[in-house]
Amino acid sequence: MSLILLAEQVLNGLQLGVMLFLMAAGLTLVFGVMGLINLAHGSLFMVGAFAAAAVAGATGSFLLALAAALAAAAAAGALVELLIIRRLYDRDHLDQVLATFALILIFSEGTRWVFGSFPLYLSIPEYLSGPITLPGGIQYPLYRLTLIAVGLLIAVGLFLLISRTRLGIQIRAGENDREMIAALGVDISKLYTIVFALGAALAGLAGALVGAIQSVQVGMGEPVLILAFVVIVIGGIGSIKGALIGSILVGLTDTLAGVLLPLLFSQFMSTSAAASTGSALASMLIYILMAVVLIMKPTGLFGARA
Amino acid sequence: MIRKLVAAVALSAIGTISLADGHGGVKVGMITTLSGGGAGLGIDVRDGFMLAIAQSGNENIEVIIEDDQRKPDVAVQLADKLIQSEKVDVLTGIIWSNLAMAVVPGAVAQDKFYLSPNAGPSALAGRGCHPNYFNVAWQNDNLHEAAGAYANTAGYSNSFILAPNYPAGQDALTGYKRLYEGELAGELFTELGQTDYASEIAQIRASGADSVFFFLPGGMGISFLKQYADSGVDIPVVGPAFSFDQGILQAVGDAAVGVVNTSQWNKDLDNPANVAFVESFQAEYGRLPSLYASQGFDTANLLLSAMETADINDQDAFRAALQAANFQSTRGDFAFGPNNHPIQNIYVREVIKEGDIYTNKIIGTALESHGDAYAAECSF
Amino acid sequence: MSRETQINSLIMVGFILVPLWAWMTDEPFIITLTTKAAILALAGIGLNIALGLGGLVSLGHAAFFGIGGYAMGILASHAQSYDPILETPFLIEGTKSMIVIWLVAMITSGLAALAIGALSLRTSGVYFIMITLAFGQMFFFFSISWPAYGGEDGLSIYVRNNFPGLNTLDPIQFYIIVFVIMALALFLTARLAKSPFGLALNAARQSATRVETIGLSTYGLRLLAFTLSGMITGLAGALFADLNRFVSPTMFSWQTSGEIIVFIILGGTARLFGPVVGAALFILLEHILGGLSDFWHIYLGLLLLLIVLFARGGIIGILAGREVAHD
Repeated sequence: MSLILLAEQVLNGLQLGVMLFLMAAGLTLVFGVMGLINLAHGSLFMVGAFAAAAVAGATGSFLLALAAALAAAAAAGALVELLIIRRLYDRDHLDQVLATFALILIFSEGTRWVFGSFPLYLSIPEYLSGPITLPGGIQYPLYRLTLIAVGLLIAVGLFLLISRTRLGIQIRAGENDREMIAALGVDISKLYTIVFALGAALAGLAGALVGAIQSVQVGMGEPVLILAFVVIVIGGIGSIKGALIGSILVGLTDTLAGVLLPLLFSQFMSTSAAASTGSALASMLIYILMAVVLIMKPTGLFGARA
Repeated sequence: MIRKLVAAVALSAIGTISLADGHGGVKVGMITTLSGGGAGLGIDVRDGFMLAIAQSGNENIEVIIEDDQRKPDVAVQLADKLIQSEKVDVLTGIIWSNLAMAVVPGAVAQDKFYLSPNAGPSALAGRGCHPNYFNVAWQNDNLHEAAGAYANTAGYSNSFILAPNYPAGQDALTGYKRLYEGELAGELFTELGQTDYASEIAQIRASGADSVFFFLPGGMGISFLKQYADSGVDIPVVGPAFSFDQGILQAVGDAAVGVVNTSQWNKDLDNPANVAFVESFQAEYGRLPSLYASQGFDTANLLLSAMETADINDQDAFRAALQAANFQSTRGDFAFGPNNHPIQNIYVREVIKEGDIYTNKIIGTALESHGDAYAAECSF
Repeated sequence: MSRETQINSLIMVGFILVPLWAWMTDEPFIITLTTKAAILALAGIGLNIALGLGGLVSLGHAAFFGIGGYAMGILASHAQSYDPILETPFLIEGTKSMIVIWLVAMITSGLAALAIGALSLRTSGVYFIMITLAFGQMFFFFSISWPAYGGEDGLSIYVRNNFPGLNTLDPIQFYIIVFVIMALALFLTARLAKSPFGLALNAARQSATRVETIGLSTYGLRLLAFTLSGMITGLAGALFADLNRFVSPTMFSWQTSGEIIVFIILGGTARLFGPVVGAALFILLEHILGGLSDFWHIYLGLLLLLIVLFARGGIIGILAGREVAHD
C-alpha cells in the first residue's frame, strides 16, 4: 500500500469522524444537560436531508438547502421537545428509550408518506464538485475537504459557545446540577428547548451535508445513530471533547480497518476469503473498540458520571 | 425423494388444503415490501402485477396483497396466513433473496405454486429447485454474468470488482467472474448498507484498473455513484440494472449518465407487448415503469396464460401450462429452462437523459437466450 | 386474590380459549399468531428477569434470541443434510430433536450471557444500555458476513423439529408445547422473585450499597440474573426459529432488542405478566393496523407514545392500579 493511498484513507476517516461529531455533539449535549437518551436523533438527521433535497429541488441553491435543513431540523426538534420530550426528563431511561423508539417509527413512515418511497435527489453544488490536488500529489474531492473544514469549524464554534457565552454557562451549570440552576432563576424549560433544538439543527445539517454524497432515503438516520452512540459512549456521555475525540477515533478505526484488515489477511489467505473475512471483522471492530474502552474505563474516556 | 417425503408430511399435518373450489378460480397471495426503506421495489412489482390483472378483465382471479416490511420472519408468517387462512393457490411477490429463501421451500412443499417476480437465489435454481417454483425474473447471477460478458467485448482486461459482504453480493462477484476473461485489479467486499465509499474509491484509483464492476443495490448504489462521479476517477463503470433502475436514477442524477449496465428489459424494447405496457403503465400510475414493474407485469401474464389452458386444481396440467410460458412477455422471447428459470436475452443499456428524466437506452445485447449455471444440478 | 392476580388468570384463560376457538373454527393462522405472541412473551419474560427484577436495561437481548435461533438452525440443518457438525476430535451430529435443541440453545445463550454480562456489568446506567447494544451489533454483523450458515439469507429448515408423541407441524400441537413452556417460565419467575435470590436482586436494584454492606455481591447477583435472563430469551429464540422454520440475522438486529423491551413496557415493567400482555397486544396491533394502511407504523408509534406518556405502568398498570408487585 502506497503512502498516498494511506494518507487519502486517513482523510476519509477524518471526514467520517467530523460528520459523526455533528451527530454526536447533539446527542451528548442532550444527555449531559437533560439526562435524556434520544434514539430519534437519527430521524432529525433524515429530516435535515429531506428538507435540503426538497429545497434544492425547488430553488437549485445548495446554500438555501443547507439553511432549510438547519431550520427544519431545529423546528422539528423544538416541536418534539415541547410536545413530547419534556415529559420524559424525569422518567427512567427505559421510558425514554421506548418513547423515542416510537418517534423513529412516526418520523420514518411520516417522511415516506410525505415524500414517497423512492430516494430523493440532492447533489453537490458545481463550485464544490470534482477533486483537487493536495501537496504530495493526492487527488481528493473538494467537497469532502469542505466537510472536514465545516465540521472542525463547528467543533470550534461549539467550544466557544460552551466556554464563552451565557448560554454555555447555563449548559455547563445544567450538566452539573439541574435543580440548582432552576432555583437560581434560569428559565430551565426554555434552556432545554434551546439545547434540544441546537442538537437537532446540528444533526439536520449533518444530514444535508452527507445527503449530497449519499442516498437521501427513509431510514438513512439509523446506521448513523448507532455509530453516534458508539462515539459518545467511547468519549464519555455528556462531554463535547469526548464526542470530538470519540468521533475521530471511530471514523479512523472504521475506515482504516476496512482497508488494512483485508490486506493483512491476504498475506495468508486467498484474496476472496481475505476480502470477506477482513471486511467481516472490520465491521465488528468499532463495537469491539467500544467494549474494550468501557471495560477499561466504565464511563468512557472523558465521562464524569454514569 | 426427501422432498416428496417432506411434502407428504406437510400435507398430512396441515390437514385442510382447499382442493375443490369447483369454479376454477385462482386465489393469489402476494407478499411484497410495501413499507420501510425498500418499499419502492415492492410497490413497482405490485403495480405491474395488478395492471396486468386489470387489463385481462379476468374475474376468476383474486389477489390478496400483504406487506412483509422486508423482514423474513414476517414474510414466513404471512405465507402461513395466506396458506392456512386464505387458502391461496399461488404465492408471489417477494423482492429479496433472503425472504424468498425463508418462504419458498415451505410454500412449494405444501403444494402451492410460487412465481418469483424478482429474487432468484442460486440455492433454489440448483439442487434446491422445485417443480412448483417458477422464476419469472432471472437467476441472481444472470445480470452479473452479462456484465462479465460485456467487459470482454468492450476489451476490458483488468477489472476492479466490489459488492456488499452478503450472499447475493458474493454471488454477484462469482457471476461476473464466470464469463469475464481478464485479470482482476482488485476484489472488495463492502459492508451491507454502507453509505460512504471514499475508501473503496481511493483503492480503485490506486489499483490501475481499466474498468470497475459493482453490485450495490438500492441506496448503496446511489451513494457509490455520486461519490465516484465526484472523485474525479474516470475508469469506466459497469453494473447490473439494479443500481440504474427507473425508481432510483432520478436520485443519482448526472452522476449516472453514460454508465453502462445490464438488464433483461428496458422500456425501449421494441415489441408490441412492451410498447403497450409502457404506455398503459404511465397512463395508469403517472410514472415510467421500472424493471421491477415489468417483472410484476410478466408474472401476472404468465399466471393468466396458464389459467386459460388449465384448471388450478389439476396441478400437473397447471404446472405444464406454466412451463409452456405461452404469454406475450414485455421482454420479447421468453422461455423456461429445465429448472423453471428464464432463458432470455440480456441487454446492455446506457443511462441517458431524456428531457428532464434520467432513463436507459439499449445499446447492445450481452447474452442471447441465456439460461443459468445451476440448471444442470436441478432434477425434479 | 389481588386485582393483578385476577387479571393474570384472565390472560392465561385467554391464551387457552383463543387458540381453542381458532382450532374448532378451523382458523389455523390465529393459532400461529397466538404461538408467536407466546414465544415473544417468553423472550420478554427472560429479559424481564434482568430488566424488571434486576433493573438492568439490556438493549442487546437480541444476541441471545439470535443465538437460540441459530442453535436450532445449525443443528437442524446438519441433521437435514446428514452432514456432521464436527468430525474431529470427536463426532458431533446435527439433530432434529426439540429437547436437545432447547438444551443446546439454553446452554450456548447462557454462556454468551455469562461472558457478555461479566464484561458489561462493570458499567451501569446508560453505559450498560450502550455496551449491551454494542455486543448485540457484533453478533449481528458477524452473522451477516459469516457465509457458512447462509449469511444474510439465513437458513431454512423444511419441517419443524420433533417432539416425542406430538406432530409439531400441526399448529395446535406446536402451540401446546409453546404454551406449556411459557407457563413454566412464568411459574419459575414468580418463584424466583420470592426466593432469597430474587429478594436480594430486587434489593440490589433499589440500593446497591445496602446489599453490599450485608455481605452480598451485587455483581454476582446481577451476573446470575443476566445469565438466567439470557438463557430464557435464548430458548424463546429456538422456539421462534422453529415456528418460522427459518433463522436469519434479523433476529440479532437492534430493532429486535428494542421490540422485546417494548413488550415489557407496554404490558407493565416489573409485572410478572407484563411481557405476556405486551407481546399479545403488539401482535394484535401489528395484525389489525397492518391491514388498515401501508403507513401503519405511524399509528403504532403514536400508540406507543401515548402509552409511555400517559399510561405509566403499562396495560397492567392501567387495569390493576398503581401498586406494583415487586417494588
